[in-house]
Parts: sequence; structure tokens; C-alpha cells
Amino acid sequence: MTDTVLVLVDHEGARVHPTATELLTLARSLGDDVRAVWLDDGAAPDAAARELLGRFGAVSVLPVRVTGADPHLTATVVDGLLAALEAAPARLLLLGSTFEDREVAARLAVLAHGGVVTGATSVVADADGRVVAGKEVLAGSWSSRCAVTGDVAVVTVKPHSTQALPVEAPVAAAAADPLVVEAGPAARAVEVTGREPRPASDRPSLADAEVVVVGGRGTNGDFAPLEELADVLGGAVGATRVATDEGWIGHEAQVGQTGVTISPRLYIGAGVSGAVHHRGGMDAAVTVVAVNEDPDAPIFEFADYGIVGDLTEVVPALTQELRRRRGAATS
Amino acid sequence: MRVVVCVKHVPDIQSERTFREDGLLRRGGDDDTLNELDEDALEAGLRLVEAHPPAHGEDPHDVVVLTVGPASAVEALRRGLAMGATTAVHVRDDAVAGSDAIATARVLGAAVATLHEEAPVDVVVAGMAALDGLTSLVPAALAAVLGWPQLTLADRVDVDPAARTVVVRRETSAATETLRAALPVVLSVTDQAFRARFPAFTGILAARKAPVRVLDLAALGVDPATVGLDGSTTRVLHTAPRPERPDRVVVTDDGSAAVALADYLAQKGFA
Ligand SMILES: Cc1cc2nc3c(=O)[nH]c(=O)nc-3n(C[C@H](O)[C@H](O)[C@H](O)COP(=O)(O)OP(=O)(O)OC[C@H]3O[C@@H](n4cnc5c(N)ncnc54)[C@H](O)[C@@H]3O)c2cc1C
Ligand SMILES: Nc1ncnc2c1ncn2[C@@H]1O[C@H](COP(=O)(O)O)[C@@H](O)[C@H]1O
Repeated sequence: MTDTVLVLVDHEGARVHPTATELLTLARSLGDDVRAVWLDDGAAPDAAARELLGRFGAVSVLPVRVTGADPHLTATVVDGLLAALEAAPARLLLLGSTFEDREVAARLAVLAHGGVVTGATSVVADADGRVVAGKEVLAGSWSSRCAVTGDVAVVTVKPHSTQALPVEAPVAAAAADPLVVEAGPAARAVEVTGREPRPASDRPSLADAEVVVVGGRGTNGDFAPLEELADVLGGAVGATRVATDEGWIGHEAQVGQTGVTISPRLYIGAGVSGAVHHRGGMDAAVTVVAVNEDPDAPIFEFADYGIVGDLTEVVPALTQELRRRRGAATS
Repeated sequence: MRVVVCVKHVPDIQSERTFREDGLLRRGGDDDTLNELDEDALEAGLRLVEAHPPAHGEDPHDVVVLTVGPASAVEALRRGLAMGATTAVHVRDDAVAGSDAIATARVLGAAVATLHEEAPVDVVVAGMAALDGLTSLVPAALAAVLGWPQLTLADRVDVDPAARTVVVRRETSAATETLRAALPVVLSVTDQAFRARFPAFTGILAARKAPVRVLDLAALGVDPATVGLDGSTTRVLHTAPRPERPDRVVVTDDGSAAVALADYLAQKGFA
């Protein structure tokens, strides 16, 4: 069994992103010394953050500040992780599964002689103590298991592949002494001349939402009914590339091989054909629901629950029915 | 300017893709094609040089398509030549087979370094993902191997040849960024902004006869033990076709489907 496991905590300021709780839960099954690496972007882990991280199994929080370069650059993050690995030698590092996470994993693997698996949905230690990651491949049509060797196993994990569970007797994670390191030449070589944060949405973020309602060409550009449905379910709204290319919704909503990879507990596709490029970014969804007027649409080949019908009727009716039930339950 | 575009020959994603017994993807089928996203990378590379026609007396631009792969991968290079690349380089060596993304980046890095020694390379462009493994690891790993600045997932790229700098715009999961770095750099581009040109018929004909330079690991000074199956830090243990989702239901809406779906969602704990 791996002893020390590092988890790269995604956070904005002092606010911890919920994926960290899943990664920590997973990390606990792989080692007893779970440490949360906190890359300092100006905010140190406060008491609430340490309490949260401790509740999900972090023994300690390791704050790292990299000076002399923009904190969000891949090279800067990797400089921080290299320092963390030196301070807390670990055989395994877990992180999320966004494009940025994958680039961090790639760079780290080269510089720390690690092995990397992206988009894992399971991570276990086998009888020989090797880290073995499971994932879905070829647009969800195959599954694979892969042993990760090298000096450190770097595994990027899809959201919702582990259910976050608190430890039995939670204690706030201890704060380790902050590490301060200077950015290396690769980080310093890149100058950030502009950064415009995307306006915050009231909905959960697409990449790790538990519920995602996706609209395709069949919406004909009207996403309002899908947004209403997403809101009743507390979910995020996504889109196919056709819908984003049409300008019906921003490109950041694109789900698929070249968009956001999602692994929600519930995916609802409305007016989505289920093209392989799209499927490759959503097939890890636990439950797939499809509304499409064409009974031969490929999405019905992998939907758990399919409705052959007109989305302009089915979607609003579903929203109304869910609201009605909710109202009945609360009154 | 000298631009190297990394291109990969992959099984067509619309075809029936399978794994071999040893856990490697079955390659070399008639359906294999140039990774679609690398057409965008090549398009970006071609536009970069086209934006700056060489001044009088300056060397002509060179757009190199570079692949690491088996004999059949030459087809990806031919497609690249047909689109307008001026040089094709094929790293081919039995010892490379089975390399994972990181080992592949090591080989690509050695190839770029070799080319760079012969005549300086200004920009390396990669696609955002290879549609077979879909890892998006190679561009960042390649930048790390070369020690060059990494500017990835760009949807705008502007080179200033006089200042020898490049500026890119990119969308991260949280923000829109503009980044600047001095050449040489490693770029990757998204599928958003560089819709690839269609090769002209004359280009296709010429590409068939154009020379392709083949390099093996010895020519690159790469120790075979550091690549291939044994040099990779991941090893596929098992692959299997995924079973269909069990208990699938398809109903035709007769006006009551929404209520039935609400029941289904309630049963799954969502409503
Ligand atoms: C390199 C590359 C990368 C790509 N990456 C992505 C990606 O990341 N994500 C992605 O999504 N796509 C991607 N694509 C595009 C992908 O191949 C498909 O073209 C796209 O997913 C189709 O989108 P769609 O389902 O909205 O449209 P269509 O395939 O046109 O399907 C629309 C569906 O809506 C149904 N419909 C129409 N009206 C109604 C109605 N009133 N009620 C119910 N159903 C209705 C139709 O029956 C049809 O099945 C990529 C393509 C390429 C070449
Ligand atoms: N074998 C290869 N030969 C040349 N380029 C490659 C190879 N593998 C990956 N690439 C490049 O790296 C990009 C990302 O691939 P990947 O990281 O494998 O998803 C591709 O779009 C290519 O530009």
C-alpha cells in the first residue's frame, strides 16, 4: 500500500472546490498519510478549509508558494508540486481531470520521472503494491486497467468516480510549514498579459456538476427550457459543438472530446444525436437520459432511459412535473 | 521561420476500434487517418508562416510535419504535405512501439532537438488531443522535455518575427488568458479557430512523390530502453469492450413520457 498520498487541492482563494473531498476520500483508500497540497494563489488555507480537508481525510495541509511567476501557469504549479514531493515524498499524487490538470500531470511526469493516467474512474493498489487505474477509453466503448510505474504515479481522476465520505472522527488537517520556492525558468518564461475570469454563474460548474442537462441542434437555439430543467435539478447546462458553433451558448459549455469532459450522476441530452465526438466526453455519466425525436439517433444506443419525442414538449413538461412534486412534498 | 507540426496517424473514430491481446490499440487498418485535430495544428502552422512572407533574401519558411509511428503513419505525413507542409519527418523504429504519451513526448522531443540543431526551430505546434488515447498529455510533456515555454490550447496565435515573441489567447476552465513568451515555444491549438483547408488536387499528387525523411532512435540519440513498452511508466493490464448499459428503456412520447421520466428520476434519487 502506498504510504503517503498527495492530493492537489483545487481552490479559489480560501474556498475549496468540492472535487477535493472526493479525491481525499479516494486517497484514504490508498494510503494512511494523506496530505493536501495547497498552491498559494494569494490565499492560505484558513480554519474552514483545514476543517473541510480534515473531515475528508487529509492529515495535513501543505501550503506551497511559488514566487516569481504567475500562479496559474502549468509550469508554476509543477514547480510547486516538485517542492511538495521533495518535502513529502509520495508514491502517488491525485488531481482532477480538467485540461489544466492533465497538463500539470504531463509536465510533472516528465520532470519527476512519473507515470501518468488521465481520466481515471478508479484507482487501487494491487497485490504487488502497484497503483492501478481504471478508465473508460475509445469514446466509452472499452474499459481498461493500467498499472502506473515510475517514481511517482500521477493520476487525474474524473469527478464523481468516488463518493465523498467524511472520516469517522474528523480533525482539522494540521497546517504544515508553508514551502516557499522560486519559479523555474519555464514558468518565468511565460508572461500573462491578460486574464479575464469568466463571470461566475449561479449554477454548479459544468465539469463537476452532479446533474448536467445538454442541448444540441434539436433545441433550435432555445436553451431557456433546458436552463429551467437544470435549475429544478440543481444542475449545469451543457451543449454539443453544433450548439456552441451556432453561437446559441458559449463555447465553455461544449461537452465532448474537444470540450469539457463530464462524469455527472445524471446526464440529460435533449436534441442531441450522440455523435462519437460528443459521447467521448460524457460516457462516464452514471445515468444517461435522452430526448430525441429520431428513434434511430445513436444516443439511444447508450441511454439508460430514452424518450422518442419532441423536446419542446417533453422538457417543459418534465420541469413542470418535477416542480409539482417538489411543491407537493414541501407543502 | 521554421515551424514543426506534430501529427499522429490514428484509427478513424467512426470505425470499429479494438484493442489487441497485449492491450495496445489495433493500428494500421485501412480506416486509419490523420488525427483530425492535427489538421487544425497544421492549419495554425501554415497561417503563422503565411502571415509573414519572407523578406527579400530571407530563407523560405519551412513547415515540417513530424510523426512518431509505424510504417503506416507515413499517410499522416502525406496528408500534411498535401495541405501545404514543406518537409516531412517520420520517426520510425520498432523499439518505439507501445510507448505511452510521456515516452512518445521524449521521442518527439529528441526529434525536434535534432531538427533544431540542423536549423533553428521557432515554433512547435501540436493538436489539442489525439483522438485515439485522448490524453492531451503530449504537448505539455513535449514542452517539458525540450525545456521550452508551453503555450497550450490556444485559439489565437500571433508571432512577431522581429521581436521573436509569440502571443496566444486561450480559454482555461476559469478565464480567458493572453500569454506571451519568447521563441522557441511549444504550442497546442484547439479545434475552435483553425478550420483546416482542403488540400488541392495538385497538392495531393505532389505529396505522393515528395520525399519523407525517416529517422530511427539511433539517429536521434535516444536510448531504446527509455521508450517503447519497457521505457513507459504506464502499462496496460487489461482491456475489454464495455458491456451495454443494462435495463435500457426507450419509450415513445404519447403525452405521458415526462411523468414517467419523473418517476424514473425519483426512483434514481434525483427528484
Ligand atoms: C474534430 C471534431 C471534434 C468534435 N468535438 C465535439 C465535441 O467535443 N462535442 C460535441 O458535442 N461535438 C463535437 N464534434 C461534433 C460532432 O461530431 C457532432 O457533429 C455533434 O456532436 C452533433 O451535435 P448535435 O447532436 O447537436 O447535432 P445533430 O447531430 O444534428 O443532432 C441533432 C439531433 O436533434 C434531434 N432533434 C431535432 N429536433 C428535435 C426536437 N424538436 N426534439 C427532439 N429532438 C430533436 C435530431 O433528431 C438529431 O438527432 C466534433 C467534431 C469534430 C470533427
Ligand atoms: N505519435 C505522435 N507523433 C506525432 N505527434 C503526436 C504523437 N502523439 C501525439 N502527438 C501530438 O500531440 C497532440 C496531443 O496528443 P495526446 O497528448 O496523445 O492526446 C496530438 O494532437 C499531436 O499533435
